[in-house]
Formats: sequence, structure tokens, C-alpha cells
Amino acid sequence: MYEIIAFYLFSFLTITLFSIVVFSKNALYSMTALAGGMIFISGFFFLLDADFLGVVQIIVYSGAVMAVYAFGMIFIDTAKDVKEKIKAKRMIYSFSVAIAVLLVVIVSSPIISKNIIISTPMIEGVGNSKMVGYILFTKYLVPFELTAVMLLVAMVAGIVLVSKKMDISLSLKNDYEAKSEFEEGVAK
Amino acid sequence: MITLTHYLVVSSILFAIGLVGIVRRKNLLMLFFSTEILLNAVNIGFAAISREFHDMTGQMFAFFIIAVAASEVAVGLGLLVLWYKRKSTIDLDSMQSMKG
Repeated sequence: MYEIIAFYLFSFLTITLFSIVVFSKNALYSMTALAGGMIFISGFFFLLDADFLGVVQIIVYSGAVMAVYAFGMIFIDTAKDVKEKIKAKRMIYSFSVAIAVLLVVIVSSPIISKNIIISTPMIEGVGNSKMVGYILFTKYLVPFELTAVMLLVAMVAGIVLVSKKMDISLSLKNDYEAKSEFEEGVAK
Repeated sequence: MITLTHYLVVSSILFAIGLVGIVRRKNLLMLFFSTEILLNAVNIGFAAISREFHDMTGQMFAFFIIAVAASEVAVGLGLLVLWYKRKSTIDLDSMQSMKG
């Protein structure tokens, strides 16, 4: 009973919030709705006995990713509504929904035929976090280390891309152009 | 009783919302938001199947997906800020300098 109420509540909230993300004109509203939706997604993980995944979801998405988005929006004027030329075609919408349904069929067909080989079974009486630790540091050790390296590379890339000469524009302009532009800005 | 199918249906609805967002929006920031929605929808599906079969592989995949999403956001937002500084717009129509 408890699970049923929680499931329908969380699904209603996530679908509503994510619809706001997709259909809102204001970037700030979208970001806030996305942060809320991420929190409610972690509720699904707690319902599914994946406690560690739920905690990671809250920390990484609602904490880190949303903070990065908020910092990124410092550079962009978000008070204005997003102007975009939307060519709303009915065909595209039905097309994407059809693709989603197709994906579900693809995902659920091996389950219907019960053709899944269980490779890393859960052990009875061992908590979820403990189980994650066992498997992450034995079977998935190499992908885990590679993920660490990937995150390091992404961190360096993010810092280098954003932080260089933050007060003047950079990128494809060379130093001289950027400097003269900056001096023009000061003169104004 | 909530079964695996319920979770997969919710996951597919969220995936469809994200897909509609990717097709519909012309703003790079909104495109990133829609990508996050897609990744989260897939994570729900993985966690549901993981519980159904008492198998940890699904949860492991979800962890790696979260890591990939985090690094994608870091690099993507860096590029977005760079583009905004150059062109002062993040509209997708402005990114057609490399006409194929």
C-alpha cells in the first residue's frame, strides 16, 4: 500500500516537473524544475531498494550538476525569456513518442522471454551499500578507475574552458583582438 | 502491487518527454536539460530491472551513467559559455558554420 502511494506520487511529480523543464520558456524555471525532478527520481531509487544509488543521485545531480548549471547561468542572461523559433510539427512529436514505445518493447522483450543471465546476484542479508562496494571493487574495478580518470579529464577541461581570462572574451579571437576589445570596453 | 512494468512505463514516459524536448527546443541549455532527463529515465529502468532479477549489474550501469552525465555537463557547459562569449547567443541555428 505504502509503495503504491509513493510510486504514484513520485511518478506524477517527476512527470509534471520534467514537462515544465521541457515546455517552460524561462531557463531559470526549467533549471529549478529539473533540480526538483532529480530529487523525486531518487525517491524511485529508494523504492527500488537501491539506497546507495538514491543517495548518489541526490548528491551528484541535485548537488553537483545543478550547481554547475547555476554557475554556467551566471554568464548567460536568464531573466529574459528564451527566444527560439519552434517549428512545432505534429509528426515530430508522434515520431518521438513512437520511438520511446519502441524502446520499451526492445527493453522488455528479453524479460518477457526470461532470457536474462544473472551475472552478479545480490546476496541475502547484505545491505545495498555493502553489495555495491563488493561489486564495484572486484568485478568493475577497471571501469571504476577509468571513470575516475574521465572525471579528472572533464574537470580539467571545464576549468580550462571557462576560467581563462574571465573578464574579457576569448576563444577563437587572438590575444591582440581580445585585448583591444577589452580596452574599448574600459573606455566606454 | 507495483510491478516491473509500472517502472518501465514511467521510465519510457520520462524518456519520451526528454526526446520531445530534444526535438522541440532550439536552445543549447535546454538541450542539455533534456539530455539529463533522458539519462535519468534510463537509470530508473536499470534500477527496476536490477531489483526484479536480484542482480546488481543494473545499478552498476546506473552509477557509470551518472558519472558520464557529470563529466558531460562539465565539458558541455564550458563549451556553452565559450560560445556565448563569442556570439552572445546559444541558439542552435547559430551553430551552422560547418555546413556539411
